[in-house]
Amino acid sequence: MKSGNAASGHLLELRDLFVEFHTRDGVARVLNGVSYHVDAGETLAVLGESGSGKSVTAQTIMGILDMPPAVVRSGQVLYDGRDMLAMTDGERRAIRGAEIAMVFQDALSALNPVFPVGWQIAEGLRIREGRSKAEAMAMAIELMERVRIPAARERVRDYPHQFSGGMRQRVMIAMALALGPKVLIADEPTTALDVTVQAQIMDLLAELQRDTGMALILITHDLGVVASVADRIAVMYAGRIVEHAGVHALYARPAHPYTRALIDSIPKHHGRAEALTTIKGLPPNLTRIPPGCPFNPRCPLRQEICSVALPPSIDLGDGRTSACHFAREVLDGRI
Amino acid sequence: MSETRGPAADDVAAIEAPRSLSRDAWFDLRRNPVFWIAATLVALMVLIAAFPWLFSAIDARTAPCSLIDSLRAPDRDHWFGFDKQGCDVYSRVIYGARSSVLVGVFSTLLTSVVALVVGILGGFYGRWIDAILARVTDIFLGIPPLLGAVVVAKALSGHDLGIWPVVLALGLLGWPSAARVFRSSVITARHQDYVNAARILGAGHARIMFRHILPNALAPMVVVLTILLGTFIAFEATLSFLGVGPRHTISWGVDIAEAQRWIREASFPLMFPAGFLTATVLAFIMLGDAVREAFDPRLR
Amino acid sequence: MGESSRVPAGTTAGDVILRVEHLVKHFPLTQGVLFKQHVGDVKAVDGVSFDLRRGETLGIVGESGCGKSTLARLLVRLETPTAGRALFEGRDIFELDGPDLRGLRRNLQMVMQDPYTSLNPRMTVGDIVGEPFEIHPDVAPKGSRRAKVQELLDLVGLNPEHISRYPHQFSGGQRQRIGIARAIALRPQVIICDEPVSALDVSIQAQVINLLEELQAELGLAYIFIAHDLSVVRHISDRVAVMYLGKIVEIGTDEEIYERATHPYTQALLSAVPVPDPAARGTRTVIRLEGDVPSPANPPSGCRFRTRCWKAQAVCAEEEPALALRPDADPHPSACHFAEQA
Repeated sequence: MKSGNAASGHLLELRDLFVEFHTRDGVARVLNGVSYHVDAGETLAVLGESGSGKSVTAQTIMGILDMPPAVVRSGQVLYDGRDMLAMTDGERRAIRGAEIAMVFQDALSALNPVFPVGWQIAEGLRIREGRSKAEAMAMAIELMERVRIPAARERVRDYPHQFSGGMRQRVMIAMALALGPKVLIADEPTTALDVTVQAQIMDLLAELQRDTGMALILITHDLGVVASVADRIAVMYAGRIVEHAGVHALYARPAHPYTRALIDSIPKHHGRAEALTTIKGLPPNLTRIPPGCPFNPRCPLRQEICSVALPPSIDLGDGRTSACHFAREVLDGRI
Repeated sequence: MSETRGPAADDVAAIEAPRSLSRDAWFDLRRNPVFWIAATLVALMVLIAAFPWLFSAIDARTAPCSLIDSLRAPDRDHWFGFDKQGCDVYSRVIYGARSSVLVGVFSTLLTSVVALVVGILGGFYGRWIDAILARVTDIFLGIPPLLGAVVVAKALSGHDLGIWPVVLALGLLGWPSAARVFRSSVITARHQDYVNAARILGAGHARIMFRHILPNALAPMVVVLTILLGTFIAFEATLSFLGVGPRHTISWGVDIAEAQRWIREASFPLMFPAGFLTATVLAFIMLGDAVREAFDPRLR
Repeated sequence: MGESSRVPAGTTAGDVILRVEHLVKHFPLTQGVLFKQHVGDVKAVDGVSFDLRRGETLGIVGESGCGKSTLARLLVRLETPTAGRALFEGRDIFELDGPDLRGLRRNLQMVMQDPYTSLNPRMTVGDIVGEPFEIHPDVAPKGSRRAKVQELLDLVGLNPEHISRYPHQFSGGQRQRIGIARAIALRPQVIICDEPVSALDVSIQAQVINLLEELQAELGLAYIFIAHDLSVVRHISDRVAVMYLGKIVEIGTDEEIYERATHPYTQALLSAVPVPDPAARGTRTVIRLEGDVPSPANPPSGCRFRTRCWKAQAVCAEEEPALALRPDADPHPSACHFAEQA
């Protein structure tokens, strides 16, 4: 277990992040001690369903949370060893966009509809790097070509609504890459896209990562996408990381009942005779998280201790952790 | 029982009582101080209009006015003083509320009925019905409201019809904006999936209009109407001020018209009716704003 | 008539309950403000034919612009077709009127995609599920309605005591169950499921899919299951039709399509689906389509897929391939001049 003040050897690291949302119905504990890290050249997948808090971790890193009603209770966001939460606004802004960039799910609402795409891609270059309009525009065309938008020179003056969903997503990626970031956070980048377009975009991200050596944090709920591109996976549930493992290890032998249940619930091609394995019940209301392990009401392996004591993150060796009282047993397949 | 049957664990709905959207809106409304201020003012004005004798010992309709008291300053028995004719200003203000509030309420009712009919027919059926109704709406929108009201009110004012000429004038000219708002919310509602589901079940036009579209399209219009009420009250005062308001009725507008001639000698006969008028209009507008915020579905 | 006539193994052979013949829906494009000129058509559905048997599930897959949503809307008569017919129990559903149409409504229902907009927010759950009985009073006499509604809620896995609650008090998965309860209230024979689980979380999807399968077995329902998630479609369907730009390009049993696909688009589609198994990395054939889907207002001549197809030849631009059995390929209909297994 790292001590809170040890130096971070990682490019980007979250340590013990606690975030709350103050809503009309009470205080929602959205992040409850989230820690993960990513280094240059690797892909970390943050896997979870809605309400797990996965997008909130990204929003906290980028500083785009609405500060009321959200409150960062404690924790650190360490970029290159420096805590972004402790920086001044100016220092944070220097990092955001230039060193850490983000791509969102819905390109249509993330892009400004009244400005041409080339102008939007070039915006960062003009403002941050002080380039001239012509220079920035030329670089924008180059970026559009790099993300494989056909006829980039002609289309640089087109507006977002004139592009298809997949093309818009490429525009967003071009915008994110403009300043040469070291970390790219992609929040459900392909969820709204067709399967064939999704495959194109994921290929593109992989290729860009290989070319630039940047780190990629992929936030998603899609187990298929994760299996295809991730190096390591952090599985989130109710604002906690419940399991962390390398991709091959996770799929072969999950060490947490939630992960196991998720993998089991994917339709396998066994024909219709078998019903799908389900996880009964619903994710908890974040204003009323049950005591003990937050997954316990739905856990098929639940025991008495689970509703009483919060499971610690158990180190299983090789960088694997699992927040379950019976992590070893689950890992070994004994229960 | 299979895993998919039976109540789901951690069923949030199990801990709550049934909560309609209106109840949720009410919950928000209750905690908005603007709502309470506005609602109190409105309630007060309505009470004054309905039961003026509870608020004023002097009946302004029958009380004698003596020129000896002309423009006498306010004192302990006559809180608002006397106007140029020697009439007690306080009782005139109290009894004048009735004219304004009644006109406001009835004009709004007339406007609502017309706007509802036009809005729902145009929004629901679309095509040529909507095209015709839209053009009619545009024509009425083109008539300058104040001028139009003055003309109508003047034309009908010869006969002693009380407040009704003004009500008619305002109702006929105020409906287009409400109708447009309602029409667009009808069109939005019409495209919702639950309306499609009802059509697939075989629901007829009447059921879809009244059960599905109307309840969901009404909210924005309620807001418009509350604000319109305030505007109509101001209009009535204006018409009275111009001399085409209800005849032989005590009205704030008439009093303001009179008092402004003598403003250099005494300002209080103007201030009090004007103050009450402004407060009433403001109260309705604030109420409309608070209700709109509470009913905004985006905040749900 | 252009589709597999074999009875698929492992499923019950039923009679054909719905026969769709050359269904076409074009949406006119107009230009101009005062006098609208007809400048073209969006050919959303452009000649679709298939059969649906009693008790079976026909899956329809395709990406955006393929016309599957328009097809769904046509089948429930939310749209009128430009051409073609759909025969339910032998009668064209688009010719029905009055009491016959009401009869059709009792037999053909729909489960919609978005659980957040498919329920009237101002009606209680009891009213929503009870509405079918109000519209068709002959199905349930007034006194028995409440009991029937509670029975339906129980059938879909909801607590019957929640009958007076409002939709926003339920989760997405629960709302979808309410929609399903509404759809089965009149005991229809066919239910069109238009992306019923796409808006739900993965762990909830499985619950709803299991529910749909149980109900099918219990009530003898036939489903047309429209989705873009190929693994879900495979799990629930007996047969699958693949759509592209308004046409069916391949149709067969789930095994024929998933294991022995012969149309290049199907092969590309299957290749693009990420497999949830990291050990499979690098072992699959990767087919990547270039560019975007052409606009349905201006589909390519001949075979519509030719602009993105690696096998395209001259004949593909000249002659549109029919959906038919192809020599030298697995015997299920495919609309490609060069159909062959990958």
